[in-house]
Amino acid sequence: MKKYVGLIVVIGLGCVSYAQANMDDLYKYYNPQGELTFDAERGKTLWYKKHLDKKGKERVCTTCHGEDLSKPGKHAKTGKVIDPLAASVNKERFTELKKVKKWFKRNCKWVLGRECTAQEKGDILKYLSQF
Amino acid sequence: MTFLSISHNFNQDGVIMKKISVVFILMLSVSLGNVSALHAEEGFASWLFSVERKKGVEPVADAMYNEECSACHFPYQPGWLPEGSWRKLISASALEDHFGENAELDEQTQQHIITFLAVNSADKSHYKRSKKIMASLKQDQAPTRITQVPYIIKKHDEIPEKLITKNEKVKSLSYCEKCHTKAEKGVFDDDSVFIPGHGSWSD
Repeated sequence: MKKYVGLIVVIGLGCVSYAQANMDDLYKYYNPQGELTFDAERGKTLWYKKHLDKKGKERVCTTCHGEDLSKPGKHAKTGKVIDPLAASVNKERFTELKKVKKWFKRNCKWVLGRECTAQEKGDILKYLSQF
Repeated sequence: MTFLSISHNFNQDGVIMKKISVVFILMLSVSLGNVSALHAEEGFASWLFSVERKKGVEPVADAMYNEECSACHFPYQPGWLPEGSWRKLISASALEDHFGENAELDEQTQQHIITFLAVNSADKSHYKRSKKIMASLKQDQAPTRITQVPYIIKKHDEIPEKLITKNEKVKSLSYCEKCHTKAEKGVFDDDSVFIPGHGSWSD
């Protein structure tokens, strides 16, 4: 029973603390002063840009997210299914700032070998928001 | 020393042997009595069910752990490795290179996860598999891969390569859930094994 109480508290806190964000909130987060302009075309170029890892193997965003964003992707190493990125089929996408930050950090490091700049993140969000 | 002198006497005189047997039986019954007293304290029903529940490895009962870890892989139960192993794996610096992947977490989440793993690690678990894992490790041995645990290696050493590493649908021993169909429930018996492209397994 104690276990369930803990679980309920965690879920409860989760609902309270993760306020729903929308795309505009995310743009604003990456561009608080308003000096940047985000561009979907630039985002698309970055999305499809190929990078090489230390072993010379190709890494692209689509390695895991796939070519069709309305379909599930697949983790490059473990094969774990990744839910579709397109908000049109996956309403949870881009609604939680904490998640967006976490995955940008991890995945930019995986694909590019470094963190993305605010400009790059905003551009990618603009591109992805079309799906 | 005591043992030697007893066996010496035993060779000399069969009566002493009988006495020793009586003492041995008495000791055995006392220890058994203790065990049943312990169970009586817990209540018969909980004893009955706990034996059933403690066969495998304790299932994960932490929502945050499940969410964070299963985003990329099977959420390995804490009872697969001792605390020392988890501390090596889930430190902030280790997560930056988590088996070649970046798995960084914010500090609050990382703290929650390492605490959950440490509290429920194999060295503290009463589940059968965890006990076996600990028995197979040397003192203070803390492997960073479950597949490096001697018990795990031994349990899988009869399975031919073509069914695991050379099986496109499995690829590695690391992917428990590919063959252990009840892995998430902490059940790892032979009956619940189904090797993709092959079928059930019994050794």
